[in-house]
Amino acid sequence: MTHEEIIKTVNGFLVEEFEVDESKITSEGNLRETLELDSLDYVDLVVVIESNFGFKVKGEDFLAIHTFKDFYNYCDIKVKEKAVA
Amino acid sequence: MHRVVITGIGAWSCLGKNVDEVKDALFAGKSGIGFDQERKDMGYRSALTGILTRPELKGLLDRRQRISLGQPAEFAYMATAEALRMAKMEIDWLEKQEVGIIYGNDSVAQSTMEAIDITRAKKDTTLIGSGATFQSMNSTVTMNLSTIYKLKGINFTLSAACASGSHSIGMGYLLIRTGLQHQVICGGAQEVNSNTFGSFDGLAAFSIRENEPTKASRPFDRDRDGLVPSGGAATVILESLESAQKRGATILAEIVGYGFSSNGEHISNSSVDGQIRSLSMALKDSGLQTKEIHYINAHATSTPGGDRVEAQAIHTLFGEDQTPVSSTKSMTGHECWMSGASEIVYSVQMMQNDFIAPNINFENPDEESQKLNIITETKETSLNCILSNSFGFGGTNSTLIIKKFH
Repeated sequence: MTHEEIIKTVNGFLVEEFEVDESKITSEGNLRETLELDSLDYVDLVVVIESNFGFKVKGEDFLAIHTFKDFYNYCDIKVKEKAVA
Repeated sequence: MHRVVITGIGAWSCLGKNVDEVKDALFAGKSGIGFDQERKDMGYRSALTGILTRPELKGLLDRRQRISLGQPAEFAYMATAEALRMAKMEIDWLEKQEVGIIYGNDSVAQSTMEAIDITRAKKDTTLIGSGATFQSMNSTVTMNLSTIYKLKGINFTLSAACASGSHSIGMGYLLIRTGLQHQVICGGAQEVNSNTFGSFDGLAAFSIRENEPTKASRPFDRDRDGLVPSGGAATVILESLESAQKRGATILAEIVGYGFSSNGEHISNSSVDGQIRSLSMALKDSGLQTKEIHYINAHATSTPGGDRVEAQAIHTLFGEDQTPVSSTKSMTGHECWMSGASEIVYSVQMMQNDFIAPNINFENPDEESQKLNIITETKETSLNCILSNSFGFGGTNSTLIIKKFH
């Protein structure tokens, strides 16, 4: 999966599952603020990541994710790790 | 003591997606029963059920609100939205009052099963998702609706088997009558899916007249062979007379009596004595004589034993008056936790539109039902007072009396 495909997949499930307006998603935008995530939403984020990419996010991993770009990069690394494993 | 009136009704049932559709079906004597192949494939003895569609909530509620709703709460939202519109109660107004909610519900098997299935498949509870907890509790209706509508008054779910909806209205009535609340949203909800009724089906309590679904639910008829499970939701907005008049609300009917009892006997068998105590208490509470009741909406579910007992109880108190009786379950099937509330909605519609809905499929009486005045064809007549029975497993009995508002 290329980085562009990761971005397309992430944006796709954010629009579909979290009903965010795609025009509000920018690479440097803040993930939590844009999606208005609360503690319950993070649980659902774990679920959609697992169903789309097949890996399970650890709660503490979200601490280092601030922007959409961080999120894309995180997913990219995890998908590659999973492919190697 | 305050007088308690009804200022809004709503329904999502196998007879229709709103109270107007339901009223037309009741008047026409139309059955909402059909055959569900999925149940047959699962090994159900009977695949008969009330046929409902799932409400489309996207566009009505946001994501967080939607994913917390178990199936009964989805139905209840639709019924409640309709009832609140009728009562002219907007969210902006609701959040400034102390409006309560008491809703009958006694299961959310589907959401529970789905969560367990995910856990077993994924071996990870996080992957169930955030909505499952709020979907799978019995209080899914009240916890969600109180949040959606920003309610500030009493807030709980009432579980009393097939009398849940009726008791919810009875409790709302008592709270308003004593002045502890001025407005309470009451109702009953019942999920309809193949996860819900398996164990009940296993008791051989359901009709197996699968070749004639619309004739399967036949309360009081000699050849009845069991109930047909059904569901949906029905909401009744209760309000003190002072509150309704102050708001200029349209008053649909008045609640004038509530009676209840517990059989203290068998877990599933009905009791003539228990039912008579509930009926008598409601009559006493209303101050009405039996001859003043113009119609009885019976609990009768189409089971051989249950209908026989209710016929005996009604005959004991109303035999001399030959009060008209029908069971709308002949059309709806048994709406279980919802039924006590839906049958008040159906009764209000009959009262407002001057007709008695028929007990369809009543072709031949048995020894007990032959003593009753069972209405088999739609009867156009003015109804001043209606009594509605609801009885549940564990011997919980509830009786409500409504009266035309004067």
